[in-house]
Amino acid sequence: MAQHRTRLVVDFCVRALCLLATLLALLPLVSVLGYVVVRGAGGLSWAFLTELPKPLGEAGGGMANAIQGTLRLVLIAALLAIPAGVLSGVYLAEFKHTRFAKLARFCADVMSGIPSITVGLFVYGLVVTATRHFSALAGGLSLGFLMLPSVARTTEEFVKLVPESLREAALGLGASAWRTTLWVLLRTAAPGIAVGIMLAVARVAGETAPLLFTAFNNRFWSESVNEPTASLPVAIYTYAVSPYDEWHRQAWAAALVLILVVLLLNLSARLVVGRKVRL
Amino acid sequence: MSRLPAIPVQRRDSRLRVGSIGDWVFRRITALFALSIVALLAGMGFEMARASALSVASFGFGFLSGVNWDPVHRSFGALPFVFGTLLSSLLALLIAVPISFGIATYLSEFAPGAARGPLGFMVELLAAVPSVVYGLWGTFVLVPWLRDSVEPLLSSCCGGLPFFAGPQHGFGMLAGAVILAIMITPTISSVSREVLGVVPLTLREGALALGATRWEAVRIAVLPYARSGLFGAVLLGLGRALGEAMAITMLIGNRAEISSSLFAPGYTMASVIANEFTEATEDLHLAALAEIGVLLFLITVALNIVARLLVWRVGRLAARGEA
Repeated sequence: MAQHRTRLVVDFCVRALCLLATLLALLPLVSVLGYVVVRGAGGLSWAFLTELPKPLGEAGGGMANAIQGTLRLVLIAALLAIPAGVLSGVYLAEFKHTRFAKLARFCADVMSGIPSITVGLFVYGLVVTATRHFSALAGGLSLGFLMLPSVARTTEEFVKLVPESLREAALGLGASAWRTTLWVLLRTAAPGIAVGIMLAVARVAGETAPLLFTAFNNRFWSESVNEPTASLPVAIYTYAVSPYDEWHRQAWAAALVLILVVLLLNLSARLVVGRKVRL
Repeated sequence: MSRLPAIPVQRRDSRLRVGSIGDWVFRRITALFALSIVALLAGMGFEMARASALSVASFGFGFLSGVNWDPVHRSFGALPFVFGTLLSSLLALLIAVPISFGIATYLSEFAPGAARGPLGFMVELLAAVPSVVYGLWGTFVLVPWLRDSVEPLLSSCCGGLPFFAGPQHGFGMLAGAVILAIMITPTISSVSREVLGVVPLTLREGALALGATRWEAVRIAVLPYARSGLFGAVLLGLGRALGEAMAITMLIGNRAEISSSLFAPGYTMASVIANEFTEATEDLHLAALAEIGVLLFLITVALNIVARLLVWRVGRLAARGEA
């Protein structure tokens, strides 16, 4: 009997410890979000969203160029990674047993684990040394490379989830195989793929390391994709490591903007999953 | 009688039975995009090997054991960075692994059904916070806390140990390790949760039916089955920690020294690339930084390959067991 009680006590303790670990892990999340909201709200204003940075020493100014830059970089990345990722995902799902699909799937998995900074180095060697200047194009390219494997893998997963009966119905009606894939399978899987894309965008929107030596930074508007461009993550980094209080305030405000975008994407992706996609 | 349109049968692997130009083209086009992923990975390895060739030729293996990093005098030794990367990542694992396994076990075994979704989502949000925001938070919240509360406490209770000696700046190895631990916890816990999720239900039921408590069922039936996958999860976390650049650059202190004290500043491979690459003007300096990048690339690729194989093994085991 005593032994039975010990076992129950051990069971209770382990379960309590596991719960404790979960709560402990959420502490930093609460703290980060709390500080970003409280400190960031102070620096956030209309001017912050619409004006260029002021020279050091002058109060005010904003980060409109960094916001524009981040939008531009993410747009370039998305234009590159979404078509390529979706199509390669379709290949991985439709020809999943071929040896080449296995290789490509494996490479995608490995690629999603390599450090983002090495992708920056790669694009530096590929684009920046060739064109001899930093550019939004190079930055967007490196973000696109980071997006590609995750878009491909989520597309694959969701295409595989489409019931076989839908494919059979389409083929039975006389559709050719490729039309069935594009018009039936891909359309059915679209909400899930959209979720994957949103999460991938949320992830690359906050990437800093690969931008340091591809998109670089810019205190002004960048006129074209061939110029160095500012971005929110790089701006947060430069302002946070500076010794000026005013810049720290702006870094918190920029962090608030960035976090809001990322959270919004994550939450809406979550809602779409809850509503439309049956997993 | 006219011929019926040919209907492809055996759709499971979509092999083409009948010649249709559309299908042929479609398959080749999608294959081309899939090839781009393979080519990208190979291209990265190739391009970085090329960029680092000068440094490899100049220093050979001495690059790895050299402790002196002095761009002005063209002396490049990577040991302090390798040391900093390994130590900070291992410390991060020391903190993150028990917590992550706790989370994974709780979420997949113990938590009430309604709590699993929201709690799991919140843990995954930890992974969604951008690295640079962790750096910002670390600089202004974590570092002062470590400096004023944790480090004095550690040095007063175990001050005799060399790990907790020296001045307490806040910025240093400890701060770097803590931020890495926070950042890799969601990786390790979500992969572990996946692994625990594929362990067949019958194993748990068997143990419970024999009178085991919930924890005993996990310990006896689930964990041994999932062991290799859990190890894979740890390796994936390690890979993420090794390659993390921004947050740790902002917190670790960035001094290329090897110190036994966790309070002392350190430097990591990713940090030195982030800090010096845009400022490097000399070819040799650039090549040395690229060589550090190559090392990082090779280490993480190898880790990921091993980790994926381990995680897949559990899935295959489960598939075979149920078939």
